[in-house]
Amino acid sequence: MTTVSMTVNGRQVSADVEDRTLLVDYLRNAIGLTGTHVGCDTSQCGACVVHLDGRAVKACTCLAVQASGSSVTTVEGLAKGDELHPVQAAFREHHGLQCGFCTPGMIMTAVDMINRHGGNLDEATVRHELEGNICRCTGYHNIVKAILDAASKMRMPAAAE
Amino acid sequence: MGMEGIGQRVVRKEDKRFITGKGKYTDDVKLQGMTHAHFVRSPHAHARIRSIDTAAAAAMPGVVAVLTGAELVGDRIGNLICGWMIHSKDGSPMKMGAYPAMAPETVRYVGQAVAVVVAETKNQARDAAEAVVVDYEELPAVTTVLDAIKEGAPQLHPEAPGNRVYEWSLGDKAATDAAFAGAAQVVSMDILNNRLVPNPMEPRSAVANYDAGDDQLTLWTTSQNPHVARLVLSAFYNIAPEHKLRVIAPDVGGGFGSKIYIYPEEIVCLWASRKANRPIKWTSDRTEAFLTDAHGRDHITKAEMAFDANHKILGLRVHTYANFGAYMSLFSSSVPTYLYATLLSGQYVIPAIYAEVDGVYTNTVPVDAYRGAGRPEATYVLERMMETAARQFGVDPAELRRKNFITSFPYQTPVIMTYDAGDYNASLDAALKAIDYAGFPARKAEAKARGKLRGIGLSCYIEACGIAPSKAVGSLGAGVGLWESAEVRVNPVGTVEVLTGSHSHGQGHETTFAQLVSERLGIGIDQVAIVHGDTDKVQFGMGTYGSRSGAVGMSAILKAMEKVETKAKKIAAHLMEAAEGDIVIEGGEFKVAGTDKKMPFALVALAAYTGHNLPDGMEPGLKEGAFYDPTNFTFPAGTYVCEAEIDPDTGKTTVVNFVAADDFGRMINPMIVEGQVHGGLAQGIGQALLEGTVYTDDGQLMTASYMDYAMPRADDLPSFDLHHTTTLCPGNPLGIKGCGEAGAIGSPPAVINAITDALGVRDIAMPATPARVWNAIHGRMAAE
Ligand code: FES
Ligand code: FES
Repeated sequence: MTTVSMTVNGRQVSADVEDRTLLVDYLRNAIGLTGTHVGCDTSQCGACVVHLDGRAVKACTCLAVQASGSSVTTVEGLAKGDELHPVQAAFREHHGLQCGFCTPGMIMTAVDMINRHGGNLDEATVRHELEGNICRCTGYHNIVKAILDAASKMRMPAAAE
Repeated sequence: MGMEGIGQRVVRKEDKRFITGKGKYTDDVKLQGMTHAHFVRSPHAHARIRSIDTAAAAAMPGVVAVLTGAELVGDRIGNLICGWMIHSKDGSPMKMGAYPAMAPETVRYVGQAVAVVVAETKNQARDAAEAVVVDYEELPAVTTVLDAIKEGAPQLHPEAPGNRVYEWSLGDKAATDAAFAGAAQVVSMDILNNRLVPNPMEPRSAVANYDAGDDQLTLWTTSQNPHVARLVLSAFYNIAPEHKLRVIAPDVGGGFGSKIYIYPEEIVCLWASRKANRPIKWTSDRTEAFLTDAHGRDHITKAEMAFDANHKILGLRVHTYANFGAYMSLFSSSVPTYLYATLLSGQYVIPAIYAEVDGVYTNTVPVDAYRGAGRPEATYVLERMMETAARQFGVDPAELRRKNFITSFPYQTPVIMTYDAGDYNASLDAALKAIDYAGFPARKAEAKARGKLRGIGLSCYIEACGIAPSKAVGSLGAGVGLWESAEVRVNPVGTVEVLTGSHSHGQGHETTFAQLVSERLGIGIDQVAIVHGDTDKVQFGMGTYGSRSGAVGMSAILKAMEKVETKAKKIAAHLMEAAEGDIVIEGGEFKVAGTDKKMPFALVALAAYTGHNLPDGMEPGLKEGAFYDPTNFTFPAGTYVCEAEIDPDTGKTTVVNFVAADDFGRMINPMIVEGQVHGGLAQGIGQALLEGTVYTDDGQLMTASYMDYAMPRADDLPSFDLHHTTTLCPGNPLGIKGCGEAGAIGSPPAVINAITDALGVRDIAMPATPARVWNAIHGRMAAE
């Protein structure tokens, strides 16, 4: 057992876990944040994507001890109170989800993608960069639309500067 | 019609929790004192269990119990059932081998459970499972139907000689033979429909909790039909009587058919929870899902189609071998029979059809209904035949179809179904226009100039949704009725709770069902709560599959709504001293027609509950229930066109344009309908290009993870171009046909027809991987 401490969604958390505990299990079971999902055991599906010190990672590929001392953002930490993150709002507006299981990982990947590109995205780039996330319900059509729309909205303030 | 009523693209109510990480899926359930189960599974496709030594495992840290198949059988836990009895053409009932939830003596597929370890933590259970020693005597295995029916093939079940479950037939053999005898031309093909793994992103999971105080069991499970689960667990498996078992299917992360069935793990967790007197959670990992979720498709079909000199179809003859895997799953027997052969008329006038279907056991994962269930297989056979016939005759594939379309309704096919309404020319026209069919030769030439091979492929599909009526399916061997139930409860403040027996695993019922109530009462959808998925709340229901929730489930809600409205009108008339017949409901108010007298719905609701001033003899309260049993299936249909481009250097196929023109009848929420089509198309295109299950000859599943089984990703698919034509379904009061499976049914033949067109070959096997396509190109070039 090792004590693993980190900042999750701005809150300091700490729990004793086995050394082999994955970050995703730490978040889901030790901390009780079940928004981050597990869809596979080979790091292929992206249901578990969270941000670790600002970068998207698959939380099933990372040990909790590796993340110790870091700052983690999960899907629960995106909205500001009642105000949805633009990517969350766009997923809803464009029906970018059905069963919702892939959705947390999709949203976290999308936020990271938009941030890295400064909001300058086209369909081909979005499809290419969604490579690590599988959705079985939506056929991606509306997810792609949602990400492009959110990107254009997140780009605007920068363009106005 | 309000802003949130029928036909509006209302954004979904349920999304709020999903996009903020507040969804409640089974694996999110955490109970005080909860333990974790891990299954010991067979590494062999066929073996006898000589012994199981659990002593070392039982002594490991945290282990609460180690239980085997022998103990399960000893406790008289029943074998898994198949719920649809099929009779062979000689009249004999289908031949089934016993399917225990954990194998006590013989394992018949890789991944079959033989023991379970229950421990304080998941890792402890997993570690201890490694220490369970099973001594197997390996037996020869067989994985394909054609091998399984050979003389001398390994035998799976003594009850099923020759590995044959049934040899079934449908249609008129003599009339079909006569049609072929008089044919001017015949088209023949062997058609393979590849085995698929459904792969909902949420793995199956079960949490079982035995409460010794109340002698009550609760099961949280990833189910598409919790009431059927409770019924089957109670009636057949000796788990607990129905009133002592509560089944909750909370948020479910996709199903596509694979979560209809009651699986061994749920049975074992319930049984073990009672035995260990502890709550138990089991969650499948992805490889377990590949090894244990019911697979789909896996047909081999010999098909022949007879035409007259005018290219009119005279007859269709098919012989299909369906691979059932090692055991009969819950609805598996119905898939290649009543869900498949009954759709073999497609959109066409085919005067004579004769279908023979042999159901066969093999040492593979059990196969059952997967998105579309039987209809994709039928559509694939027909639409590959139509395309091949057109090319054989040198006629335009669209025109050959048009020439043979059914154009007057109702239409009685030779294979049971009576199509109630449709306009197949309308969807064909819409699709051809959208894809610019006439402009295709120019695009092909342009692609050729770039060194690419371009092809176009059509598919005109029909499906049957909302299986019905109960009386008819009962006469065909079904073990359940296929009605749906609903209860509409108006609260004293005028908000409404709708309890439904159908279940959402991504289809957005919380929104569409509320739209119906909004339409009728003129109240906002936020005033309406949809309750589903809990046997303690909803009395009974049949769940969601086969696109039945709209056509059947919403019709039940409508019936209950009408009863509520009738009573509410009586109350309103009494309160406003008007005639009941003069009351109209409009915009959330009860109005007296022709006057300015009105009262808000909420006040009528309150009056029903105060009971201070009701018509003499009326019971207080405002809640009504209804059971709705449809009179017929519904028949969505449409035309899909795929335009594909192939890189001859790599063999990679790119779908450059995909048009869908569907007739789903009335659409409650077009946005959600389109989403359903997108998802279905992705699965169908996945089947055509990427997805395929590969077994070694000795029964090892080579495609048991996302490293090996190619799931469609965003980059593999285009954006889709959707169109709708509408004929209302006359069979239900809302005119709904159903849309959930269409995409998966119609798209595989469209894609394969496009590829064979591009390559100029007669056939290519699914999935048409780059390697297969490259080989086809190579073979053709070598032949030239
Ligand atoms: S659970 Fe992490 S990628 Fe699938
Ligand atoms: S919404 Fe179900 S997997 Fe993406």
